[in-house]
Amino acid sequence: MRQAGPDLDGERRSGPGVWQRLKRDRWAVASLFVLLAVGVIAVIGPFIAPHDPLETNLSMRLKPPGTPGHLLGTDELGRDVLSRLLHGTRLSVGIGFLAVLMAMAAGVTLGLAAGYYGGFFDALAMRGIDVLMAFPYVLLAIAIIAALGPGLTNAMLAIAIAGIPYYARITRSAVLSVREQEYIEAQRALGSTNRRIVLRHVLPNALAPIIVAATLDVGWMITAAAGMSFLGLGAQPPTPEWGVMLSDGRQFIRVAPHLTLMPGLAIFIVVLALNLLGDGLRDALDPRLKDS
Amino acid sequence: MTTYIARRMLASIPVLLGVSILVFLIMHLAPGDPALIMLGPKATAEALERLRQELGLDQPLYIQYVRWLGNVLQGDLGRSVQLKREVSELLATRFSATLLLTAGASLLAVVVGVVAGVTSAARQYSLLDRVSMLTALVGFCLPVFWLGLLLQITLGYRWPIFPVSGMNSPGTTGLLDTLWHLVLPAVTLATGAAAVIARMTRSSVLEVIRQDYIRTARAKGLSERVVLYRHALRNALIPVLTVVGLQVGFLLGGAVLVEMVFSWPGIGLLMVNGILARDFPLVQGAVLVVAASYVIINLLVDVLYAFVDPRIRY
Repeated sequence: MRQAGPDLDGERRSGPGVWQRLKRDRWAVASLFVLLAVGVIAVIGPFIAPHDPLETNLSMRLKPPGTPGHLLGTDELGRDVLSRLLHGTRLSVGIGFLAVLMAMAAGVTLGLAAGYYGGFFDALAMRGIDVLMAFPYVLLAIAIIAALGPGLTNAMLAIAIAGIPYYARITRSAVLSVREQEYIEAQRALGSTNRRIVLRHVLPNALAPIIVAATLDVGWMITAAAGMSFLGLGAQPPTPEWGVMLSDGRQFIRVAPHLTLMPGLAIFIVVLALNLLGDGLRDALDPRLKDS
Repeated sequence: MTTYIARRMLASIPVLLGVSILVFLIMHLAPGDPALIMLGPKATAEALERLRQELGLDQPLYIQYVRWLGNVLQGDLGRSVQLKREVSELLATRFSATLLLTAGASLLAVVVGVVAGVTSAARQYSLLDRVSMLTALVGFCLPVFWLGLLLQITLGYRWPIFPVSGMNSPGTTGLLDTLWHLVLPAVTLATGAAAVIARMTRSSVLEVIRQDYIRTARAKGLSERVVLYRHALRNALIPVLTVVGLQVGFLLGGAVLVEMVFSWPGIGLLMVNGILARDFPLVQGAVLVVAASYVIINLLVDVLYAFVDPRIRY
């Protein structure tokens, strides 16, 4: 479920004021710290994990949180939940980030080209995007997985491809508002090449709404990737990915609810932090949107 | 109005055609021979050949598409390879379950979202406003499948108030029983959408509430409820409607996950099983039906715009 990014009219609003404004939003700052911590865990998680995430111990099955040696308990095979969560951070959060980067790279390129050049290419690209957007996002991702086959990489590709129209649309509308500005006209009069104008002048000025959209989107894609794994279409057991952990834990929901609570809580915290940061960024980049 | 509706309907046709091409390509984008993927490496040469002929895989791609589309338009979505039944037959029973779930969740999301949004806007910066917007933020960030599991743990097992799976109790078929089973899945699915609708309604109402005609309405001595719901909300409704239309897409997609959590016998569950079994005709049929429903719902939302705001004519 996505939110709209700011609708900038081409005026450049990034710069030193943005950080100052962002710093005043304590929720955004707190979220930034949470996300930094998540980033650190993603990097060092596997090194600080107390156990091997795949190490089974049937004599320690389904132990509750607080069990000595297993702070967050164990799962149905006696695997340490904390270690699996720590290992899974890199995978679960990484998939979201990578998928956003891929969707952004393809969508922004398409949106830039369509918005800047206009004409037949724009019409064609936009009709294609209309068709992709005629699918509910999750359904489009599922349809792509149906074609590529289930699996972690395919699921990541699918959620990235399903995200392309979103970035193409945002970029195109930002470019359309920048394209007619006088400074772009001046560049044309100076004889700059199209490529130079697009990369040096149009893109930087259209970047603010894209960055905000991407920040809000990472959380959404992390959830979508976990959702695909939950459905059995993404990462597969015994991979310590948060969606897989939720799906596995579901069978023991009555006797060991911590198996579903912990990975879900991890996803929720990351997504909440990303949303608070995204909201803060949006307000900082375009204060007119505060309260919207 | 009629011209607008007709024009809007005509505009949906190329989109639906595009959707049909993409759905058709699902089978052909798969790397390798679709027949081999569906039947597996142990399939005999005869079985493979039979399936290829049945699906028309020996024909050029465009002929396959035209033939497939012709069949689809006549209601023939092919035959499920795994379940050995007509796909349209399988979908017919499942689709009503998905529709019930999505409609229930939509209704809940719109009612809760609009009421929360209007109330929040009317008391901007009050404790109620802050609590309801914080709840909306949390609701928005909760992964739908996790929320479903949380509700199962609390209201299904810890305090067994609602049933946690299926659409009916064993041996029962009554409507009330179905609605009782619908509560948890619908609440799960509706939460995120209600949150977005509440946030949009609040900001939209806040924008109109300072207008002169609202002051006039208050000066006339109208009750706050009439001012808010008849004057402010009506004019704030267009952005809200847009969000509602988008949320229906989210609900149709999210329904797949909710059906999985609550074993709700809808189209999503069938689709996922179809993907895992590599049953292309089944998946194609299911994806096509859901996507086409979304296009039609968006069309209805656009028509609704014209009713809500008669100034709208494209």
